[in-house]
Amino acid sequence: MMRKDLNLIIRNGHVIDPSQGIDGKGALLVEGGKIKEVFQDSGFGIQADSTYEIIDAGGLYVLPGLVDMHVHLREPGYEYKETIKTGTMAAVRGGFTSVCCMPNTKPVNDNETVTEFILRKAYAEGACYVYTIGAITKGQKGEELAEMGMMREAGCVAFSDDGLPVMNSLLMRRALEYSKVFGVTIISHAEDLNLSSGGVMNEGPLSLRLGLRGIPVEAEVIAIKRDIELAALTGGRLHIAHVSTAGGVRAIREAKRDGIEVTAEPVRITLPLQRKQYVITIPMQR
Amino acid sequence: MSETGQQLRNKDIVGIKDLSCDEIELILNTAVGFRDVLRRDIKKVPTLRGKTVVNLFFEPSTRTRTSFELAAKRLSTDVINFSVSASSMVKGESLIDTAMTIQALGADIVIIRHSSSGVPHLLARHLNASVINAGDGINEHPTQALLDAFTIMEKYSRIKGLKIAIVGDILHSRVAKSNIYCLRTLGAEVRLIGPPTLIPEGLIDPDIEIFHSMEEGLRDIDVVMMLRIQMERQDRGFFPTTDEYFRFWGLTLERLSLARPGAMVMHPGPMNRGIEIVSAVADSPQSVILEQVTNGIAARMAVLYLLSGRRG
Repeated sequence: MMRKDLNLIIRNGHVIDPSQGIDGKGALLVEGGKIKEVFQDSGFGIQADSTYEIIDAGGLYVLPGLVDMHVHLREPGYEYKETIKTGTMAAVRGGFTSVCCMPNTKPVNDNETVTEFILRKAYAEGACYVYTIGAITKGQKGEELAEMGMMREAGCVAFSDDGLPVMNSLLMRRALEYSKVFGVTIISHAEDLNLSSGGVMNEGPLSLRLGLRGIPVEAEVIAIKRDIELAALTGGRLHIAHVSTAGGVRAIREAKRDGIEVTAEPVRITLPLQRKQYVITIPMQR
Repeated sequence: MSETGQQLRNKDIVGIKDLSCDEIELILNTAVGFRDVLRRDIKKVPTLRGKTVVNLFFEPSTRTRTSFELAAKRLSTDVINFSVSASSMVKGESLIDTAMTIQALGADIVIIRHSSSGVPHLLARHLNASVINAGDGINEHPTQALLDAFTIMEKYSRIKGLKIAIVGDILHSRVAKSNIYCLRTLGAEVRLIGPPTLIPEGLIDPDIEIFHSMEEGLRDIDVVMMLRIQMERQDRGFFPTTDEYFRFWGLTLERLSLARPGAMVMHPGPMNRGIEIVSAVADSPQSVILEQVTNGIAARMAVLYLLSGRRG
């Protein structure tokens, strides 16, 4: 994906690089496909010959390539929704140079053959770096562990039954324990399926008024708290996907304070919609 | 054979946990004499003539039961095999009643195997006869550890200071537990290798080293003790598949080459070839798996002899 022949100057932009504490007017000098220097001024003074492409980023932000650790490329099996090619093109359009794709493909990415297929396809057709997330359980059925070790060797970077929780607490314990051999994170879709059963939106006066079945916040909070307890028991690394409840955030904050290996991400699409209630796949919570 | 007149302290052997270093050494030294008996043309001594030994097995077993039976016969005892399906247990008789009945029939030594941990201990308290634990639940299997120690002694003439790796399902293995107690009491450096689902870190003595990687754990090892993957276990899911288990924890020639040259390979049997061990290793000159079986008789003869001798 790196163009070794690329010489480029990006100037007059607003450069942000948290790793170096840069957040202000700046310019980049790229030589042979690699960032050679970051300037903390507009960069109009950079000397360069005609082999350099120049981009004026006036009024724009210049960011490091972003990483999206939760995408669905849908291939194999659901190419009518998305392919590795279209998904990675969309990622690059949005500034993402690396994506981690969830395993809910058809067949499910629960063995090294599927992992190898995705990575080979991504290498050939992808517009950005693709990392695979393997399923925790075979067929995402929540019944038996998938071959996490073999998938790790094939290239999986984390494991998740995304879209579904591992409802069986014993199996979740085993997954967190077993994942330690390979030093990989277990990503949890935290939802108690019995509590949320049939629900399509946040449970409250609005759901009643709309005549829709609601989901209580506890469906997520209880699942998050269970997973945190299991992470503490096993010492496994836990990541909670798409947290949407205040109770969940409180539980994660407390767990981090206690030194438990847990990280989390918000539901990004709902961040601009705070305090409103919409019906989406992951219902807004309070 | 115990010329020194040394004795075991208790009438029973229910676990290695309860044995001192001196007692374990007494058993191992006594077994040396019986091993010599087994090498003779006539493999039988009259030592325990007139004694009665009962095999009381509540779990299926071929090798351990046969080994005990043969050990008892080599000592000229009368042996009765009492298997659960043929017993009154199916008629609802309690465990203790069954054992008391066997004692009333005149048993001097009762050898018991049961799927519940602690059953031999319970019966040992109720019976005047000696009780030998032939495996209780996931707790202990003391005679297996004794025969393993004996087999190691045969090759290395010592146990103290040896580096010994136990590989596999530590959590459910009574063989592993008895071996850990036995080898540590005798001064070996024991390490455990396997997936964390089968080696509960928090439950194991903090000075026993745990490895999740065979490549790391087998380095510089003198003895590799493989455990059987118990595929019949109801409560599955400790690892994804036997294929994956083999990929990461199977004992292959490449992995064995990381241990000390000529390191000894042990397995309590029955083996799952291609799952925890490859045939090339199981059948290699480094493997002592069949010696273990032979030595099992000598070790069990020693135990029977010492327990009988105890009461004169």
